[in-house]
Amino acid sequence: MNTRKTNAKTNAWTSAWLTVLKRDLLLALRRRSDIATTLFFFVIVSSLFPLGIGPEAAVLSSIAPGVLWVAALLAGMISLSRLFAADFTDGTLEQMLLAPQPLAWLVTAKILAHWLVCGLPVVLLAPLIGLQYALPNEALLVLVYSLLLGTPALSLIGAIGAALTLGVRGSGLLVALLVLPLYIPALIFGAGAVAASQHGMSAQAHLSLLAACSLLSLVLAPLATAAALRISVE
Amino acid sequence: MLIAQDLACVRGDRLLFKRVGFELSAGGLLYVLGENGTGKSSLLRMLCGLLMPEQGEIFWQNKKIKENAENYLPNLTYIGHLNGLKDDLTALENLQISARLAGNDVTDKQTLAALSAIGIARCANLPARVLSQGQKRRVALAMLWLTQSQLWILDEPFAALDVAATEVLATRLGEHMANGGMTIITTHQDVAINARNTQTLRLNA
Amino acid sequence: MHIHWFKYSSPQTFYPLAGKMIPWFAALAVLLTIAGLYVSFAIAPTDFQQGEAYRIIFVHVPAAWMSMFIYIVMAGWAALGLGFNARLSAMMAQALAPTGAIFTLLALVTGSLWGKPMWGAWWVWDARLTSELILLFLYLGFMALQSSIDDPRRADRAGALLALVGVVNVPIIYFSVKWWNTLHQGSTINMGVAPKMAMTMLLGMLLMALAFWMYSIAVALMRVRCIMLERERSTDWVKALSTGGQA
Repeated sequence: MNTRKTNAKTNAWTSAWLTVLKRDLLLALRRRSDIATTLFFFVIVSSLFPLGIGPEAAVLSSIAPGVLWVAALLAGMISLSRLFAADFTDGTLEQMLLAPQPLAWLVTAKILAHWLVCGLPVVLLAPLIGLQYALPNEALLVLVYSLLLGTPALSLIGAIGAALTLGVRGSGLLVALLVLPLYIPALIFGAGAVAASQHGMSAQAHLSLLAACSLLSLVLAPLATAAALRISVE
Repeated sequence: MLIAQDLACVRGDRLLFKRVGFELSAGGLLYVLGENGTGKSSLLRMLCGLLMPEQGEIFWQNKKIKENAENYLPNLTYIGHLNGLKDDLTALENLQISARLAGNDVTDKQTLAALSAIGIARCANLPARVLSQGQKRRVALAMLWLTQSQLWILDEPFAALDVAATEVLATRLGEHMANGGMTIITTHQDVAINARNTQTLRLNA
Repeated sequence: MHIHWFKYSSPQTFYPLAGKMIPWFAALAVLLTIAGLYVSFAIAPTDFQQGEAYRIIFVHVPAAWMSMFIYIVMAGWAALGLGFNARLSAMMAQALAPTGAIFTLLALVTGSLWGKPMWGAWWVWDARLTSELILLFLYLGFMALQSSIDDPRRADRAGALLALVGVVNVPIIYFSVKWWNTLHQGSTINMGVAPKMAMTMLLGMLLMALAFWMYSIAVALMRVRCIMLERERSTDWVKALSTGGQA
């Protein structure tokens, strides 16, 4: 009896979660230009640096970890405004708040969809840009690993900022001010991992710390985001 | 049974209302009336738990709703003044997703039946973007043919509806109350709705 | 004790109380500053390595302490405000933020002033200075968020949540910056307090820290009084206050 009840509850939770995930992916699919914008932003920002600094391979490869990570961080940040804003104006956010499942749980589905749409493409494209920066193969691999481990943290932490600034004047700039300082640990460990592998050292420690950041934000950020959404929707 | 006690609402630094209370039991209909800006929508959002009252408590089956959301929310259907439709999704997809989020795992067939009940089955596969205001409203309201929840809270459901749709909706609300449901509604139109007991709550500025 | 706490947690009763407390804290702040500066500049010995320039630590170190401490206190008030829906707590958090930001700025400026004679550069990416810089960003974010939300209740609650998120992140950020710092520099320079610190130096620093404390309390109370009047301008007690003042 009790297990059946728990099972039904688990099913309801899974089905609501999948509904949110599928909906957001479907919406992204219908607005493919949005994915392209994020990617294009990433490419253009990282292509500006060689133009400003000069094409010397040694210099480029030494700044590559930092530049690529900062570019990924900024690309993730500019896409944040889309995470909740549309749902807020058309009223679907209220529906999510009134769903029987905890908001923090449903929020994880939204964040996952956001990461799949805005984070993952950047991860996949990063090695190509890394080639332009004359990064050696092992470093490219570590770059992909570090972004794979770190960008979820960016989406998770960013969601808090996006939720707090919903419907606020100048929210685009405000979100940068709120979120970028919180991104610093991910940037340090992520770029540090790539730099370590460039210098022939093990990137293990950096990557572990990066994964720890992501796990910690996976636990805490959805709760904070849900609380922020409730505050903003009032 | 839904009980509201001594509710007060402040927006910005303005007190919209205070000492608002009522009891609504099975089969009951509550009209919330008042001019623009008297806090009708705020009251409805408060009853849904979306807005925290400045003062006062709301009870569902004798339990505070904010501490008991898990049992309250499955019994609640709220249609606010925003329709909650995604422009890029079709009417069918929109309705189906809303229903699933609310915990009703509906099939395409059921969804389509709901849309045809309120007379917009032919728009089922059109994206919400191209629908008119009245059509969008109807897609949102079609939810009332899919939900099994007991308490309906509707903010201006008749706004933008034509005569035929208004009548269909009024009948549906009557059925709901006849089955022991409860409805809280704000409206500017004078629409006859059948209910076992009808109350009116007037908010004054 | 319990009853008093709740009594004074309402703005109406706290307003006059705060008004009575301000002069005391302000006077203490002035006295302690005079004492602290006297000890730091007249009594504390000249450092044999750094000469007179080191004396800036009597401002720098207490300012850095305060900047971090105020952030934690602010987050504490914010948590109280969120948890108990207490208006006064949120107002205290809002009142503390500018003071915290000013101390952070002071720590940064004095840090770079100290850096110039010591390292020959106005800015060095030292772990402490970098952390202070990030702390300044956190303060600015908090203030920017609060000021851009019109509804005071939402502003309070959103700010409170941000402060809590910040306070969880501060140790992580500090750790990551230290980690970064040790990787990128040989870390031969240790900015901080000289190991063999004379007793008088410690005394000077403590006196300055206490003075900053008193100053922070006085200023925060002044600011919270202004916030109260602004927020509650339509209530009876504020109206009574203004007519009483004119009569």
